[in-house]
Amino acid sequence: MGGRESSPFQAHVDMQAVNKWFGALHVLRDVTLKVRRGERIVICGPSGSGKSTLIRCINGLEVHHAGRIVVDGVELNDDARTIDQVRCGVGMVFQQFNLFPHLTVLENCTLAPIRVKKATRTAARDLALHHLTRVRISDQADKYPSQLSGGQQQRAAIARALCMNPKIMLFDEPTSALDPEMVKEVLNTMVSLADEGMTMLCVTHEMTFARQVANRVIFIDAGRILEDEAPEAFFDTPKHDRTRAFLSQILH
Amino acid sequence: MTRHGRPPPMFHDWTNTIATIVLGALLAYVAYSFVQWGVVHAIWRLPDGASSIMCRDVRGEGACWAVVVERARFMLVGGYPIDEQWRPYAVCLLFVALYAASLVRTLWSRWLLAFWIAVPVVAVVLLRGRWLGLTDVPSEFWGGLPLTFLLSTAGFTVALPFAVLLALGRRSTLPAIRALSVGYIEVVRGVPLITFLFMAAVMFPLFAPQGVNVDKLLRAQIAFIMVTAAYLAEVIRGGLQAVPRGQYEAAASLGLSFWPAMMLVVLPQAFRVSIPPLVNTFIALFKDTSLVIVIGLFDLLGAAKAVIVDPKWVGFGVEVYLFAAAVYFAFSYAVSRFSLRLERELQRAAGTA
Amino acid sequence: MIPYAHGTAPPMRTTPRRVSWTDPRVRAIAWQLAVVAALIAVIATVALQTAINLRARGIASGFDFLTRPAGFEIARGLLPFSSRDSYTRALLVGLLNTVRVSLLGIAIATSLGLLIGVARLSGIWIVSTVARVYVEVTRNTPLLLQLLFWYTVTQALPAPSDALNPLPGVYLCFRGLFLPAPIWHDGFPWIDLEQPTLVGFGFQGGTSVSPEFAALLVGLSTYTAAFIGETVRAGILAVGRGQAEAAAALGLSRLHALRFVVLPQALRVIVPPTTSQYLNLFKNSSLAVAIGFPDLMSITNTTLNQTGQAIEAIALAMIVYLGISLSLSAGMNLYNRATLRRGGTA
Repeated sequence: MGGRESSPFQAHVDMQAVNKWFGALHVLRDVTLKVRRGERIVICGPSGSGKSTLIRCINGLEVHHAGRIVVDGVELNDDARTIDQVRCGVGMVFQQFNLFPHLTVLENCTLAPIRVKKATRTAARDLALHHLTRVRISDQADKYPSQLSGGQQQRAAIARALCMNPKIMLFDEPTSALDPEMVKEVLNTMVSLADEGMTMLCVTHEMTFARQVANRVIFIDAGRILEDEAPEAFFDTPKHDRTRAFLSQILH
Repeated sequence: MTRHGRPPPMFHDWTNTIATIVLGALLAYVAYSFVQWGVVHAIWRLPDGASSIMCRDVRGEGACWAVVVERARFMLVGGYPIDEQWRPYAVCLLFVALYAASLVRTLWSRWLLAFWIAVPVVAVVLLRGRWLGLTDVPSEFWGGLPLTFLLSTAGFTVALPFAVLLALGRRSTLPAIRALSVGYIEVVRGVPLITFLFMAAVMFPLFAPQGVNVDKLLRAQIAFIMVTAAYLAEVIRGGLQAVPRGQYEAAASLGLSFWPAMMLVVLPQAFRVSIPPLVNTFIALFKDTSLVIVIGLFDLLGAAKAVIVDPKWVGFGVEVYLFAAAVYFAFSYAVSRFSLRLERELQRAAGTA
Repeated sequence: MIPYAHGTAPPMRTTPRRVSWTDPRVRAIAWQLAVVAALIAVIATVALQTAINLRARGIASGFDFLTRPAGFEIARGLLPFSSRDSYTRALLVGLLNTVRVSLLGIAIATSLGLLIGVARLSGIWIVSTVARVYVEVTRNTPLLLQLLFWYTVTQALPAPSDALNPLPGVYLCFRGLFLPAPIWHDGFPWIDLEQPTLVGFGFQGGTSVSPEFAALLVGLSTYTAAFIGETVRAGILAVGRGQAEAAAALGLSRLHALRFVVLPQALRVIVPPTTSQYLNLFKNSSLAVAIGFPDLMSITNTTLNQTGQAIEAIALAMIVYLGISLSLSAGMNLYNRATLRRGGTA
């Protein structure tokens, strides 16, 4: 299962020279990234730059072809059991929410703890209600996803991911599919998570969120990491012209 | 005069009126003749023990419903011993209750699934009788409607898990599994059902070890299971394709491995989407059980045909077949209407998922 | 593709690989080997047992029987056949009969189905209701029952001596429909019509349509037409209302709009399920065995009853049906792809 070399200075997520191809397309080029515990990282870039692919490699939804990815001391390889183990410690929130439509919100949250972590029904239920309260939709617990608004669904999805007690949370454009009125409630939820010390990697276009919460902002273009610095340095003095062009587009 | 949801009518009003009058007259004439034949001049009952001469006299002018009245019992339950006939009737009621319950969404639960498995088993036990201490009635004497119900229900229920395996196998990335699944499905679907029944009737005995005598009904049942599994596999495959990819990914990212994700997240959604074609497949199977007549089993249709072989009733096929058609129609039509309603209920419940 | 499958290129490793049970590729190969091995084991056991059984019952094996004389007559067929001809020839006659009834059935079912589909959408209440009743009744009763019904109807016709005579030279009785046939001869006018004449208990001369063939054809066509009708209806409804409205706005008559705008687009939706209905009709023609029409299935049945070689006979029939099915499917797929490529969605 791989020895777990955990020390407080050990990177929580360690990507070394990661490369990935989609057929002939080279989507990740020598991506090297170290994330420390409790760091909040915002990843941005033009569409097709590989930012989603990058974070999807961290929980094994995409397979990397070269380089190493070590998550919380466990190296990702093709072994299914290793991948499942890593996924227990890494939570993911999708752009399309991907809540299970045939289960209630509560059942969505308790499914994985019961089946994967073998929790008892009552323990899972209490945990789920705790997290649903945390994201402020505990009153919707017995409703079906189709009965919730977009913002409520995404918050439910966050609660669902939190129920597995992950150490790292990945967000793949969590607010891009939401109506503008609902973006704020989801971002606020993510801010409160960050305040509690969760390690987060977030792919987003919401630059106000980046300024408010991120320790580092990473700019990726054509599969390569071009910028990796603190928000103030990133927004005020970007190193590359590509970054400047991108920023001028999204910040109008 | 546009109907909701339809293209506007093709003809102007006066054409409409003329056509309605002409066709209406034609239909009225046909209906009148049918009522004359089927009701007014028809013979409903023959005196006890009388020959069918009364019926033969009005042949062509009046229907002989007496054949249905006298032989309905035989058509419905076959050659079952008369004093034990409560058993096949009970079996029929059980099946009808099962179908009715399945079409009411509020009754869906694990229990219903268990009943789908239990009712055919109970039916076999009850019909055979031996294990319950009742008179032993071997399967050669079973017939009529219970056989139709049994073959279709057991065929559907047993085929379903195999169909899931086949559908998953067809989508598998392992080449051997995929090839075997595709091969099985394509061969079974490319060949007439009747060849499988012949295979069951004639070839299976050659496969069995010496001295082992497999019941013909069981052989036919196996043939139906094999064929239904292939057709259901295609339906389920369609359902699996309809489940959005995000669902697979969400389940995976929660740490669920392949089989738990399949059973808990993907398959429930795939089935929900596939209910209309699943019901259609069941109805098709229900009708296809009539084919067992060619291998010498007597389901509803077989029993009906046997009635008109009897010299007393030779030549009254029309009446007998109309009766059998009415029974088949009643079930098929009822099930398909209810399933339409079910489909609408499920769509409303799913909302904009 | 499920995220449990591998990506497009094999991952390159920096740590040395150990061949272990946890490696999914090793497990995949092991699974496949196990399944294939189990299958082979089952088949081998069954084959062995079958060989024993065949020997015990004195049943021959192999396909030599195909060259032996058939020993039975076939009522009617495209090829001349006598009981001295081989089983192979008999099966060929059956196959030709199957093809004949299937092609005719497809033609009739398509025309009838088109009519019914359009009728279902008619604004005249009587027309659409009659069509609807037809479809519901036909689709909710078993095909076999309908075939038996039609056969019974033909048997309700009078005897040859009292045959119906609607047109000169045309006779309808329970032995079939008898029609005049053209025959060639030298001298003017080269073609003459040979009339069927009543000889004893039957007709001779001319050509005829057997009641079995008629019942099979009518039953298959009417049954399949109901399904095709529904497909046509769905196809026409699938074409957006905007198309019909645009056509109307251009001044096209309802009929022209249907023919030039709606139907061509509807065909895209209609063709694939209709081709699968054709396949169904072809497979359903095998029900001829239940009403005595000598198609491939009937003759296979007779053959296996006479020779006892059930395995060879049924396997042969299955292979022929499968071969034709697969070719028809492949052909239809090609046609679908060719026609659907021209022009996108409505």
